[in-house]
Amino acid sequence: MSNTQQIELNKIQTGIRGLDDITNGGLPKGRGTLLAGGPGCGKTVIALQILVHGAKHGEPGIFVTFEEDSSRIITNATTFGWNLSELESQKLFFLDAKPRPDIVCAGQFDLSSLLASLKVKADQMMAKRIVFDSIDVLLSLLDDPLAERRELFRLNDWLISSGLTGIITCKNNDSCQSRLDYQDFMQYMVDCMIFLRHDVDNRLAHRTMRIIKYRGSSFNSREAALLLGDTGAEVIAFTLSLPQLSASTERISSGIDRLDSMLGSGYYRGSAVVLSGAPGTAKTTLCGCFLLAACERGERSLFIGFDEPAQEIVRNLRSVGIDLGPYVDSGLLHIQSLRSSVSGTEEHMGMVRKLIETYQPRCLVIDPLSAIVNSHSNDEALRRMPEQLLALTKSTGITMICTSLLASNNDALNEDTNIHISTVADTWIHISYAMLAGERNRSLTIVKSRGTEHSNQVRELILNSSGVSLADVYQAGGEVLMGTARWQKETAEKATEDLLLASVVHKRRAIELAQAEVNARVEVLQVELAVKEAELKLLLATEDTRVKLSNLSRDELWSKRSGDDLKPSSENWHIDKEC
Amino acid sequence: MNNISSIPKHTSEISAATHVFRLYIAGEAPNSILALHNLKALCLELYRDDYRIDVVDVLLSPEKAWAEGVIVTPMVLRVSPEPVVKIIGNLNNTDQVLGALGLVIKDHD
Repeated sequence: MSNTQQIELNKIQTGIRGLDDITNGGLPKGRGTLLAGGPGCGKTVIALQILVHGAKHGEPGIFVTFEEDSSRIITNATTFGWNLSELESQKLFFLDAKPRPDIVCAGQFDLSSLLASLKVKADQMMAKRIVFDSIDVLLSLLDDPLAERRELFRLNDWLISSGLTGIITCKNNDSCQSRLDYQDFMQYMVDCMIFLRHDVDNRLAHRTMRIIKYRGSSFNSREAALLLGDTGAEVIAFTLSLPQLSASTERISSGIDRLDSMLGSGYYRGSAVVLSGAPGTAKTTLCGCFLLAACERGERSLFIGFDEPAQEIVRNLRSVGIDLGPYVDSGLLHIQSLRSSVSGTEEHMGMVRKLIETYQPRCLVIDPLSAIVNSHSNDEALRRMPEQLLALTKSTGITMICTSLLASNNDALNEDTNIHISTVADTWIHISYAMLAGERNRSLTIVKSRGTEHSNQVRELILNSSGVSLADVYQAGGEVLMGTARWQKETAEKATEDLLLASVVHKRRAIELAQAEVNARVEVLQVELAVKEAELKLLLATEDTRVKLSNLSRDELWSKRSGDDLKPSSENWHIDKEC
Repeated sequence: MNNISSIPKHTSEISAATHVFRLYIAGEAPNSILALHNLKALCLELYRDDYRIDVVDVLLSPEKAWAEGVIVTPMVLRVSPEPVVKIIGNLNNTDQVLGALGLVIKDHD
């Protein structure tokens, strides 16, 4: 552990993004680094940038130029936004050491005076870094392999003894047959060697950087893309490790309610979503829904489109009820349109990274991702790019939706998609066309969604001027129905339902009627019963009266006859009567 | 650097010489000393007494030398007669020196 710290301490930061990464901390301090490359590779820019970075951070530097005039270098530097004139007096010193054309060389010379003078100057301004730009120009004057080696040795010894960190640039043209002797020698001599290349591949120029050696340090030996942008050189290094971050459990809306419910309740914050589908499957529209929802939540968003002007994107989305205009105006949403064909994958990645840094969005859309990886890209870049993009968005917690154009409609479940994004995407939504009954309709499925309980159902994606919605699809006779077929089926089903409902109502009414009839009859009978009861009561009362009257009349008769005192017992009477 | 006094600054007594040279040297670097010897020998042979060599040690004022376009040493400047001629190296290659000074090589024999 202490060993690695020791190494860290012995490096100087270059200030070039990516270069410090691939060198694991910068260039060797107090040693020489050789920057070799053909014309137009960016040797001078890189060397100057390292020097300027030092000058701005308390490490003054000296730039010895053997090739270009210092005034021109200073002018060129202003195009990168480096204000050298304010550094120049104390922190930055340019030495024009360009050999004059009228000079005649007669016999051996050496760099001892130059180096001794530089030492005086370096001590004076407390310089820590020094650049020798195009040492080969000077060495060619020597015209003697032995002398060249001797002077290089002198230079290297001087660097070590003076404690300055040296950057020596050197031309290295592979196409040149006569490979110069000192170049080989120089590679053995220096502690760090960086090789630059400028290639044209498929009519697209791109620069690369590779570290060939770095004594006493680990380094990334992979060839990295070198970009010369607005602010200087930048190395797009493919880092090999994914950032370690806590996964968010927050869910955010996709902008379509039904899609949210299909996903379990939206996307995870910080996840990567891929929308795949053939052209015209409304991928951009779904992106628009997502951005609108993000803007409505007040989240800063970024839309990176390719080959389509921002105004057109806004206009087209407005036609389906997604109005991003106000958010673009307020600055909450930035729409950036890039050209897909002018640069390669690494350049695009660099632009995307810069845009993310500038706008710091919480939600990001890249439409389409396929444009980043264009035909100029090699397999390595193709494989690495999605990983890099994810590392970038995941480390910043950005929720990203990117669209992916699939050439064929039925590619969805083919793992060998154009871009190897499927393995890295958290959620993959595929939109395809269903051709049926002379119609083309869009169907949406969730191919996968990590960590969410998502729907396995196919839904029809419907776009109209009021917005985007998802509808159930019908299955009939083993076929999925969509569009007007779905509408027909829906209508037919509704008719059947209505019919069923009507018949039920009818039946209920009939039963109710029967019920009512029975009840009415019950009432009549009850009245009849009451009448009968009354009749009975009357009968009994009449009978009672009759009996009483008859008894009375008999007694009276008896007494009138004045016969026998013995009255007939009432019991007997009754028995008689009943008999 | 302090022992520079051992090298005479003006090797000729004639102040208004026809042939004036300025030799830039780096202290006592071998090539510098060799260049001074070679230049002296050549001047004696070519011009007898009619020459002057001003020796400038660039280590004493590096920036002044840089301003005068002196990057590597040794370097000789023929200040007069015109045109100004610049030669770098220890002047071991006499033919090239003569050629630079515009003198025909066969005269040397």
